[in-house]
Amino acid sequence: MNDIDLTVSIAGVTLKNPIVTASGTVGNGWEISRYYDLSELGAVCVKSITLNPREGNRPPRIAETPSGILNSVGLQNKGLDFFLKNDLNNLRKFDTKIIANISGGTIEENCEIAGRLGNEVDLIELNVSCPNVKQGGIAFGTNPAMVKEITQRVKDKCKVPLIVKLSPNVTDITETAKAARQGGADALSLINTLIGMKIDVNTAKPVLANNIGGLSGPAIRPIAVRMVWQVACCTDLPIIGMGGIISGEDAAEFIIAGATAVAVGSANIVNPAAGLEIKNQLTDYLKRKGIQSVSKLRGTVKIN
Amino acid sequence: MKNICKIIKKTQLCKEVFDFEVEFSHRPLPGQFIHVLCGDGVFLRRPISICDYNEGILRFSFAVRGEGTKRLANHNEGDMLDILGPLGRGFDTGKSGEGTAVVVGGGIGIFPLYFLSKRIKTEAILGFRTKDAVIMEDDFKSVCSAVHIATDDGSYGFHGLVTDVLQGRLEKADVTSVYACGPMPMMKEIKRITEDMGIFCQLSLEQRMGCGIGACSVCVCKSKGEYKKVCQNGPVFNAREVDFDE
Repeated sequence: MNDIDLTVSIAGVTLKNPIVTASGTVGNGWEISRYYDLSELGAVCVKSITLNPREGNRPPRIAETPSGILNSVGLQNKGLDFFLKNDLNNLRKFDTKIIANISGGTIEENCEIAGRLGNEVDLIELNVSCPNVKQGGIAFGTNPAMVKEITQRVKDKCKVPLIVKLSPNVTDITETAKAARQGGADALSLINTLIGMKIDVNTAKPVLANNIGGLSGPAIRPIAVRMVWQVACCTDLPIIGMGGIISGEDAAEFIIAGATAVAVGSANIVNPAAGLEIKNQLTDYLKRKGIQSVSKLRGTVKIN
Repeated sequence: MKNICKIIKKTQLCKEVFDFEVEFSHRPLPGQFIHVLCGDGVFLRRPISICDYNEGILRFSFAVRGEGTKRLANHNEGDMLDILGPLGRGFDTGKSGEGTAVVVGGGIGIFPLYFLSKRIKTEAILGFRTKDAVIMEDDFKSVCSAVHIATDDGSYGFHGLVTDVLQGRLEKADVTSVYACGPMPMMKEIKRITEDMGIFCQLSLEQRMGCGIGACSVCVCKSKGEYKKVCQNGPVFNAREVDFDE
């Protein structure tokens, strides 16, 4: 295994391998670290942090859909202070990079969180695309001018490279990608969940208490691959690709489309050891294909 | 932990309710649950309470309610299942007190109470829709000092709700703890009854679940004004700490 070079670089930060956890799917790492050593991962991206604690949406917060998950957690978290005092110290025990996903309700709140995180984490991921909160979130992420402005202002407070997480709920994702680039983003991550809805036909009521939620899982993978490819074609920023990755070959597909790293999300919900297993499967894939370095795979899609 | 487990026995308890026994090496506690992959075409695991455990054999029972449980029920003896667990916090048997413990189960909520009844001395009050849905009566009779059955339509046992039976049983004033699992209205009423009488009570809650290990914050319930994770902080909660107001 050691003969394959898995290292990748995101805006000058070296990840020992391209496997990252997608925000919100592993909490802050406490639970899955009982299933495997988090040092096996390129980076851990923590659950969205807001300035103050958030209680989240009413349950039910999850529904199964064909090859997918619809969720409406609503950014439940214990707030920035708790993260800095508790979660961060635990994550530091592992030899992996830490990505703080921040999800403030206003530009000012995001600036304050980014400022206070300082260089306590390796990277900051700005969530401008959460579909489950009324304020902030997707309200920022679907308007290119807003994406540019929020990126600029948060970047100004960041002491570490800034990743902007893009929403797929737009007509043309290259516009928001370019806007984030113009605003000074150091990297992009995509895609966040697609807005969806499931109705119980026996009761005529939506299954989620929030009525609508974010769709993830293999169901959205082709959309995510297409968007990663489109964004890779229009910017030179490193991309963390995600959307329904459940195997090493799925991870390879995103890298071929142009992603530098990949995030595993819904797969963690089904299998706590998914991150480790996907890393090993990606290594096997590279061996099988005779590719010595994962970076050689990036953007190798042979367009018809 | 994740386990690949062989099904060694499959029984149908009544229409739509199945009972599986699988090889399982981790010793669970009463009230804990397993998180099961149901088969092709079903993405998420399904949480199922543990009905019994004996020398490497875990028993669980479930009703076919949706696509997941339908797929699960299609498995046969000799098939392998991918099972995560045992998970969650089980019943606190240290606070049962000196008097009698009573378990109250509604429908498929009775399963975790059987495992509990094997560990502590109990009486059982079990409720079902109708006579044809009455299951595990003999199992409970073999481990409980008394078993009271109630049916909604009066076709078997007491005609009425388990909460009516419980209220009557509590009049004797010898009961010091109540453990319950069943539909939400039943549990809400049991919380009220036991709180009024100052009796220790625990409830095993259910919620649509994601990871099952406490990472995804999906399966929450309100407890003392804040959302707690059913999979990690529960599924068993002290009744007085559960808010049913929503």
